[in-house]
Parts: sequence; structure tokens; C-alpha cells
Amino acid sequence: MTVDREIRRLDLKGYRKYFLNKAMWFAVTFVCAFLLNFILPRLMPGDPVAAIVAHMAQGQSNAAGVQAIYQQYTELFGTNKPMVQQFFIYVKNVFHGDFGFSFSQYPRTVAQVIKSSIVWTLCLQFPAIILGWLIGNTLGALAAYLKKGFDKVLMPISIFVSNFPAFGMAVILLVVFGVSLRWFPTSGGYGYDLIPTFSWKFIWSVIVHYQLPFWSIVLIAIGGQAIGMRSMAIYELNADYVKYSRFMGIKDRKIIGYVFRNAMLPQVTGLALSIGSMVSGALVAEIIFSYPGLGYTILHATMGQDYPLISGTTLIITIMVLVAMFAIDMVYGFIDPRIKAAQSE
Amino acid sequence: MKHTIRQVFRQSNFLLGFGIFVFLILVVIIYPLLVKYPPLEIIGQGTFFPPGIYASTYDSIHANTKYILNLDEAAAKRISSKLSGDDRVAMKDWLVQYGIPEYEIDILDTAKLLEQWENSYDPSLSFPGMTYARRTYYQRLNTSLQGLLSTEGVTIAAMNPQSNTLEQTGVVNQNDYVNVNEVANVRVLPLGTDNFGRDVLTELVKATSVSLQIGFIAGIVATLIGLTLGLLAGYIGGLVDDIIMFFTNLFTVIPTVVLLILISFSIGQEHRGAFVIAVVIGLTAWYWTTRAVRAQVISLRNRDHVNLSKLSGHSIFHIIFADILPYITSYVVMAFILQISSGILAEASLSILGLGPRTTDVPTLGLMMNWSLIYQAEILGKWWAYLPVIIIIALITFSMNLMNTGLDQVFNPALRD
Repeated sequence: MTVDREIRRLDLKGYRKYFLNKAMWFAVTFVCAFLLNFILPRLMPGDPVAAIVAHMAQGQSNAAGVQAIYQQYTELFGTNKPMVQQFFIYVKNVFHGDFGFSFSQYPRTVAQVIKSSIVWTLCLQFPAIILGWLIGNTLGALAAYLKKGFDKVLMPISIFVSNFPAFGMAVILLVVFGVSLRWFPTSGGYGYDLIPTFSWKFIWSVIVHYQLPFWSIVLIAIGGQAIGMRSMAIYELNADYVKYSRFMGIKDRKIIGYVFRNAMLPQVTGLALSIGSMVSGALVAEIIFSYPGLGYTILHATMGQDYPLISGTTLIITIMVLVAMFAIDMVYGFIDPRIKAAQSE
Repeated sequence: MKHTIRQVFRQSNFLLGFGIFVFLILVVIIYPLLVKYPPLEIIGQGTFFPPGIYASTYDSIHANTKYILNLDEAAAKRISSKLSGDDRVAMKDWLVQYGIPEYEIDILDTAKLLEQWENSYDPSLSFPGMTYARRTYYQRLNTSLQGLLSTEGVTIAAMNPQSNTLEQTGVVNQNDYVNVNEVANVRVLPLGTDNFGRDVLTELVKATSVSLQIGFIAGIVATLIGLTLGLLAGYIGGLVDDIIMFFTNLFTVIPTVVLLILISFSIGQEHRGAFVIAVVIGLTAWYWTTRAVRAQVISLRNRDHVNLSKLSGHSIFHIIFADILPYITSYVVMAFILQISSGILAEASLSILGLGPRTTDVPTLGLMMNWSLIYQAEILGKWWAYLPVIIIIALITFSMNLMNTGLDQVFNPALRD
């Protein structure tokens, strides 16, 4: 009993160490990403505020008005102050959730624009990526275990799908199911004639609009994961411990359990590493379906030369991806016993 | 070396991928030699002309020889091209609303239907519940139907500048034909035109070439940086390794798309050429080559032949070039191929986000996709504007991945069957 408790204490200690290690690493990464987010746009040749004001003032003949706008933005961004001071102003503003006004959607602030679009992105991308990962791994494991017919059909399809560009998949789904068959609407997050409310009609409209973007992201995630899981599972199935266990007369079902647990571990890390590129594919899918999420916001921001909005959106996307990776690493720490062992040594 | 190359070219996956890739390269090189139209020239006035052969109407009328062909189905074809099934149903609807009993109307009997239509249609009539759009549709239909059943030709007239009157210069009969080869101006547009009225095929070939170049430049930049850093980190180790790995991990975790967006936006529209975009993509993609190379070098670092080389007093450069590089060449080549295909995809995604190369000098596959999406080609059913682009990108990435799988099977004995 005491031994058991002792082991659990050590476990917890090892896990805490792992957790702190990871948390610190992600904090450092976040600081670097934040710095890049601040510095990169400021390396732009010329005065960004002047460029923005020139863009805004097109068609405005009142010189005094332009001057006033210029001054207002210089104050807002603090571009007349030294770089270090600018940085602290930026940090202070960001921590208050204040990214300034959006140029292209004035008088809305960047925070408001992001607040209204982030929900769509979160509800679309993460369920789709996780479902795609689960289906892909199940299919890959089945292909490795069943072999023969299933493998012969599934693998070429997976290879083809995973090679297909994400936006190509989205466009083809849109054309087939949206334009030709007319099963689902082609654009938007809900019917353009509706106002967001908690009515059945609105919720139904959201569900219907959700389908095409959702499945296009799921399909892309399935292909790559299935291939990875299949080769991992084949590798594990041929490992010595499997032969030894068979020799010992351990039941097949139990061995399969070991095999897939072992094959699963690299797939979890794989998810953490590929989540960034998956999110980028999903952002493009949002644009194709005119889904009112962050991807669509970025497109409009770039078209409108809306610098504060781009800066805000990229920061939010970075945070989203970092949090997701951190969460996956935490889960990994729980399911892989080697990590606890390594840390408590 | 010779043996390895022969082995690679016997691998079926590699051969198929290589074949597709060489075919694309050949098309990109040969097509501009044969078709010398500038790829960005705007020729069409209007958006999305469908694929086909465009013969000048003016030149057809003024062709030197006119041929008379008496073809049986000519009249039927002429009518069916003007009168679709939907039009027939719509005509029946109108006639029923007008008061003609339904059983008297047979939409398949063209002559009778047209006669009933001509006798009863009145453009000024409007039935209750009929929208304005529907009314104008009937008016348009009526004009296009006029004289559909007549067998007479069409008069060509020219304005006489002196008297300001029209004078007949010729008659075009229904059985007059012109040989397309004898028409002075014919332009073949196998993939129609895009939203700006540019020849899609010519633009696509140029775009493929530019995108491949972007992929190569991005791949070279990423592989050079990745290889150098990987060799340094793996071979030297210690503090150098720690510093390099810090940045490598940083780049792995920060989403590449965010870096690409920020950098391309900071460069600004005017300075964003295809070359700049390629370099930017390369600068954000080196990290996984570094990881792979470092892992390989670490496993090689303490092999006997490397230790022997060290004992013989060879310099670091000699050891790296003579004793380590040859062992990782296959990995580097595979990484390079993957970098090219992911570079092409990165350019496409970036362009769709509106941050691709500036649009005025060269087309790229991503820009073509971007424009067709902005002009909603996929919703309007203009498949020729987006489908060829998707197919080309898929072919490129597919061929690259096939080559990679093939190489992997040759160099990685564990994967061999």
C-alpha cells in the first residue's frame, strides 16, 4: 500500500517536472512569437502610419483632416517614440485586449472583429482536425491489421487524398455537393437572410452551412494520418516483443492493444507537429467557403491593407496553435509512461 | 554511385513520379516555343469565355469562298440551339396562363409550339404573380425566336456614308458554310479565358513554370540553410547545437503560416515579386531539414571511419564533406524534393490569402486560384478557370511524393518488401 502511494507520488513529481518544462518552453516560444509579431511589420521600409493614412485618405481633399488622422494614428501606435517605448505601449495595449481600430471595418475595433470570428474558427477547425485524426488513425490501424483487400483500397486513396492540395479538396467538395447537387449551401456561416439568434431556424442553418467546410478539413486530415498510422502499426506488428508475446501464449487481442498503444504515441506527437500546417489548410478552406472565421478575416484584412487586424489575427492564431500543442503534449505525458520514468530519475 | 542511380530508375514509383514531372517540365519548355502569345495579355472583353475555337464573325462573312452544304439536320440543330428544354417548358407555362388548354400544347412539336407562341405572345401582357425578371426573360426569348422557322437568308448591309442609308452588300443563306481554315482570324482557346479575359492555357503554362521556379528556389534556400545548420548542430554539438536547436524548435512551434503572412505583409505589395516570395518561403521552411540532418549526423558522428578521419588530422570541412555528407545525400535529396512540393503549396496558400506575388508581372498557380476564387468561378460553374490549376498542383505534388517514396524504398532497406 505504501509502495503504491510512493510510486504515485514519484509519478506526480515526474509529471510536474515535465509539465513545468513544457510550460516554460511554450512561454519562451510565445514571447518570441510576440516579438516577431511586433518587429516584422515595423521593419517595413517607410512610415507604416503614413502608408495607412495615405490609403485611408484616398479621395479626401481636406488636408487638415488628413493631418488630424495622421496625428491620431501616430499617437495610437506611438510611432513618434523610440522603439523600446513603442514595444511597451504595444504590450500594455495587447494585455488589455486592445489592438486598436480595424482600418477596413472602421469603426469596429480589431478586438471586436476577432471576437466575432474566432468562435467560428474554433468550432470548425478543432473538432474537424480531431475527428480527422481519429478516423485516420483507425483506418490506418485497420489497414495494417487486416491487410489484403482493405489495405489495397484504402492506401492508394489515402496517398492520393494526402497529396491533394487542401484548397483543391475544398473547391471540389463545394462544386460537387454545393453547386451541382445543391445538397449544402456554398458560402457563409449561416443563411444571409438570418440574424444570429437562438432560434431553431438559425441553428439549423448554421449546421447545414457547417457541413462542407467541416468535411473538407476532416478528409484532408484523414489521408496523412492513415498513412502514418499504417506504417507505424506495421513496424510495431513486426517487432520482437510481439513475437515474444505470441510465444508466451498471450491472447491476440491483448497483443493488439499493446501494439496500437505503441503505434499511437508517435501519432500523438505527429498531431502536435502538424497542427500548425493543418490550421493553415483550414484557414484557406474557410476562405473558399466564405466561412466567417479567422481565415476569411485575414483575406479581407490583406485586401484592405488592414495592418492592425492582420497583426491581431496572426497573434490569436499563434496563441491558438501554441495552446493546442501544449494540450497535446500534456496528454502525451499522461499516456507515455517513459516520460514519467525519464523525469523522475 | 552508378549502381545506385540504376537502382533508383528501376523503382516503379520513382519512375512514374519522374515521368509525370519530366512531362510537366517539357510542356512548360516546349509550349512557349510553339505558342508565342504573351501570357498576361488581356484579349477577351468580358469574363470567363468558355473553352472552344473562336472564329471572327466579320471575317467569316467576308471569307473569299463560300461553300454550300445541304445537311439534313441543320434546321433541327439550329432550332434546338436556340430553344432549350427549359425554354419549351417556360413557353408552355406562359401559354397555359394565357388561356390555351394544356392538352393542346405539345412541347416536343417544335413547329406547332412556335406557331402557337407567335399567334398568342404579347410582350406587354403581364400575369398576376409574374416577376419583372420573368417578364423580361419572355421578351428576350421572343426576340431570339423570331424568324427561327423561316428558310430565308440574312441580308448583310453596309452604311453608305454619302447618303446615310443602308445598302445591301450580300446575303447569307442558311446553307452557306465557311471553312474555318480560310477565316483570317481564328483563335483557339482550349481552356477559355479567365476573369480578366486572358487565355487560360497560355497563362497556366507560364504559371506552372513560375510556380516550379518558386518551388525550386524555396527548396534550395531551405535545404541549404537546413543542411548547414543540421551539419553544424550535429557535428560540433555543445553550445552551437543548443543555440541552433533553440531556433529550430522555435520555428517548429510557431505556425509557419503566421510567419509567412507577417513577412509577406511587411514586405508590401510593391516589393513582393515571385523571387522574393520564394526566398521567404525557403526562409520559413528550413527547420525540418535541420532536424532530419542533425539526427543523421549525430548517428554518424561516432562511426569508426569518422573517428579514423579525425585521428588522421583531417580538418572539420574535410570530415564533413568526405565522411559525413556522402552518407546523408539520399536524405538531403528526399528532403529537397519535399521542400519543393511544399514550397509550391505554400505559394498557393499564401496567394489565396491575398499575400502572393504582385499580380502585374507574372502569373503563378496560386494567383490564378486566387483570382478564380475572388470572381467566384467555382460557384458560377466556370470549371476551366480553377480545375486545371488544381489538377496541375495535384500532379506536381503527387509526382514529387511518388519520387520520394521510390527513393525511400531504394535507400531504406527496412521498407523493402
